[in-house]
Amino acid sequence: MKIDKLVKMANEIAAYFDADPDRNAAADGLASHLSRFWDPRMRTQLLAWVDEGGGEGLAPLVREVIATRRPQLLPRTG
Amino acid sequence: MDSIHQPDLGTPTRSSTQTVTLTVDGVAVEVPAGSSVMHAAAQAGVRVPKLCATDTLEAFGSCRLCLVEIAGRRGFPASCTTLVEPGMTVTTQSPRLAQLRRGVMELYISDHPLDCLTCTANGNCELQDMAGVVGLRQVRYAQGANHLDARKDESNPYFSFDPSKCIVCSRCVRACEEIQGTFALTVLGRGFASTISPGGTAFLQSECVSCGACVQACPTATLTERSLERAGQPDHTVETTCAYCGVGCSFRAEMKGSEVVRMVPSKRGGANHGHSCVKGRFAWGYATHRDRVTKPMIRDSIHEGWREVGWDEAFAHTAARLRAIQARHGAGSIGAITSSRCTNEETYLVQKLVRAVFGNNNVDTCARVCHSPTGYGLKATLGESAGTQDFDSVEHADVIMVIGANPTDAHPVFASRLKKRLREGAALIVVDPRRIDLVRQPHVRAAQHLQLRPGTNVAIINALAHVIVREGLHQEAYVRERCEHDAYDKWKAFITADENSPEALEPVTGVPAAAVREAARLYATARNAAIYYGLGVTEHSQGSTMVMGIANLAMVAGQLGRPGVGVNPLRGQNNVQGSCDMGSFPHELPGYRHVSDPAVRALFKSAWGVDVQPDPGLRIPNMFDAALDGSFKGLYVQGEDIAQSDPDTHHVQAALEAMECVIVQDLFINETAKYAHVFFPGATFLEKDGTFTNAERRINRVRRATPPKSGLADWEITMKLAQAMGVAMHYDHPSEIMDEIARLTPTFHGVSYEKLDRLGSIQWPCNDAAPEGTPVMHVGQFVRGKGRFAITRYVATPERTSSKFPLILTTGRILSQYNVGAQTRRTDNVVWHAEDVLEIHPHDAEQRGIVDGDLVAVASRAGETVLRAHLTERVQPGVVYTTFHHPESGANVVTTENSDWATNCPEYKVTAVQVRRTSARSPWQRSFDAFSHEQAGLLPGGSDAAE
Repeated sequence: MKIDKLVKMANEIAAYFDADPDRNAAADGLASHLSRFWDPRMRTQLLAWVDEGGGEGLAPLVREVIATRRPQLLPRTG
Repeated sequence: MDSIHQPDLGTPTRSSTQTVTLTVDGVAVEVPAGSSVMHAAAQAGVRVPKLCATDTLEAFGSCRLCLVEIAGRRGFPASCTTLVEPGMTVTTQSPRLAQLRRGVMELYISDHPLDCLTCTANGNCELQDMAGVVGLRQVRYAQGANHLDARKDESNPYFSFDPSKCIVCSRCVRACEEIQGTFALTVLGRGFASTISPGGTAFLQSECVSCGACVQACPTATLTERSLERAGQPDHTVETTCAYCGVGCSFRAEMKGSEVVRMVPSKRGGANHGHSCVKGRFAWGYATHRDRVTKPMIRDSIHEGWREVGWDEAFAHTAARLRAIQARHGAGSIGAITSSRCTNEETYLVQKLVRAVFGNNNVDTCARVCHSPTGYGLKATLGESAGTQDFDSVEHADVIMVIGANPTDAHPVFASRLKKRLREGAALIVVDPRRIDLVRQPHVRAAQHLQLRPGTNVAIINALAHVIVREGLHQEAYVRERCEHDAYDKWKAFITADENSPEALEPVTGVPAAAVREAARLYATARNAAIYYGLGVTEHSQGSTMVMGIANLAMVAGQLGRPGVGVNPLRGQNNVQGSCDMGSFPHELPGYRHVSDPAVRALFKSAWGVDVQPDPGLRIPNMFDAALDGSFKGLYVQGEDIAQSDPDTHHVQAALEAMECVIVQDLFINETAKYAHVFFPGATFLEKDGTFTNAERRINRVRRATPPKSGLADWEITMKLAQAMGVAMHYDHPSEIMDEIARLTPTFHGVSYEKLDRLGSIQWPCNDAAPEGTPVMHVGQFVRGKGRFAITRYVATPERTSSKFPLILTTGRILSQYNVGAQTRRTDNVVWHAEDVLEIHPHDAEQRGIVDGDLVAVASRAGETVLRAHLTERVQPGVVYTTFHHPESGANVVTTENSDWATNCPEYKVTAVQVRRTSARSPWQRSFDAFSHEQAGLLPGGSDAAE
């Protein structure tokens, strides 16, 4: 999928959770949302793109979630 | 005329808890206080002769046929207008009464054609019946002044009006007023010169909305369905559920053999109580339209001719192609879209096919593009992805707030009930960029119309909540008892900030702060205030945020958990609620349980014998993206037309073209089918058994009235495809599928066909705690335990106007057409809406040199199409509006890929556009014409069946 679309979607989700004054709760909310609603191929692609040195244009909360809650974003093993 | 064999108690049933006992013809009967003598007599099994009375209308007392004698009273009171009293002794038959009634009938018949044998109503005529009942044997009046030569009005395509047969009982006029609330009919003239008229003009040119209430109420052949004129009287009825909007009206299909003679709304219908709209009542002719495809077809590429095949070959071919794709590209390379027009049992089977046979969670449904934010937002705040009330609840509402919905067009039967409540005195608040009909109609006027700029819903809902809390109008004790304190405290700090005041947000919304304040006070201080909302709430980049904002507002004002209040999404298609309930989303199994829950997966594994994948699958827009990147290759589409209904048509078409196997199951070669490799002919709602679930969570039976034209119902097609793919899936009847759903879904545990047949309908949750269903949810406590306030910060849509695209396009629907129009365009409803037009404010039109009827190009960042302009002040300056009922209009060529942050529900309601005069169709439309022509030529025999 086009990475710019994934970035846009992730940023829009972050914009919602970013309104929470509790930063930890905001990060938990974003991580949970991505994990519960995104197909794993979308999460995997976003992570791979960040790993390759990308990440440009991602909202700070998304970067934070990828850095601190990465296992939650990986495909489930069943 | 009412449906055959549908009992009529003469006057409406009263609901008083106090009862009155009286005697009618020596029979003691106990009825609710406020009942009429006629009604009590009917309950006692005594049929008092009548003409102007019927139990769907308030008593009128004009025909004088229902006269009775009451012990201790002088004269002969009309039993329809006389209320019961304790100990009353009523006599309905006596020589004097018989004489009076014969005299009345003699007068009626003296001015009535005596063509009973050839009359349309022969076999179901109240006038004829009453002549027989009273023993009329002669008419002594000489031929004099009469109405026998009055001209017949045949302007309406569905019913005729023959005033020569009219007895001026006013049932039609009262039905139009009391039931429909349109006030299109009136009595012109006085005395003998009185005639019924649709406002002094022909029906088709009048304000009549063709709901059929007048036709149903008419006791003679004056107002008669054309289909009845053609076919004659029916011989049996099948009670079923309408397949149009989310109101879910119950109908009696009146049949002659396997031919539908007419559809008459059922008084037993829990959603409609005997009312209907033009679509359900009359627009069913598509079921036998010549465009129906009734044989399976296959082809290798979309530029090859279709080949008709037998069902066995079709299933074997399709199964082989899907399995080959999975072998090459992986299990996740195929998926399916369930239909909100199909039954619960059918959508359940499609998601089961995906999860148990395809081995993934790539299943989605059309709710993705309409009410997916409702599911998300209501679950997050209240705990259940559904509306909170039944439709009857509106009768207890004192303030009604309608947000982003146009019920008189999109949910007309509910709108009639809403308008009735408004006429009784409830106050109305409308939140909508357009001046919808409810804002001002005969006998209806909104107390407040918050005419906001498209895309600013969340700002408005925040401003309303801000006023309620800052002015101390909120229900703190209610919230403290029923909601999570931490979330509420955070929300309260957020919402009371000055940035959420109506004054601060006025520049954003365009709505005067004073009007917002008045609306907030009206809502919060009402004894019962209810919110009804539609796609104007959900189809935005902040659709889910807005739904949560609505829930916040209802919670903080304590307007949840009893009749007359609540949060009520008005669902678009007939079974949107049901298709969502049945696990059609890629992240949820039936009953809204997330696929990551091991206990839930274990339950389904025990039933299906396979593992359910623990990660969510692709949503519809993700499927398109994945198709274009090459990882998604096969799609089974049951009863949806994504090529017409989904946004950014160029993108959708490219995605469909990129797939190796697109399977469309539908009634017609729709736009998506033009990109398909396999076509499975579907069945109409008249051709199968099952259930639909409407917007009030009401599960209604769909009953087969006529055999499927293709030989198979839709559930059988899915089942046989699963079998062809090597999985032993077998059911003999949809009731067995419902039994499986009930076993696996807690909110459906108590549902069965036996119970549905016994009760008529059931509103889920239906289980041990609520064995006969749940009309109102969240009574005492919220489904999620404690209600959760969500912080709903307003974030402007990324779709911005500019000098190049200075106007905002918003889209919607109209009364006579339904969704993509595949059904209604194949009926006479086209007389009301033959094409989609662009509504534009006269000011904007003048600036561009546009006059009414001009062809105009509508261009956005996504694409361009050409429509005819209609100048109207219904839209505000800066906003233009169109519908998407005709594929060649290309409304979705213009809409963008912007979507709701939580659910990817498209932002249909906000597209920046420019409008200019033109003289030619757009390049997309020309390419659409050429492609449609090519596809029509590829059908067997080169038929012109393609749209």
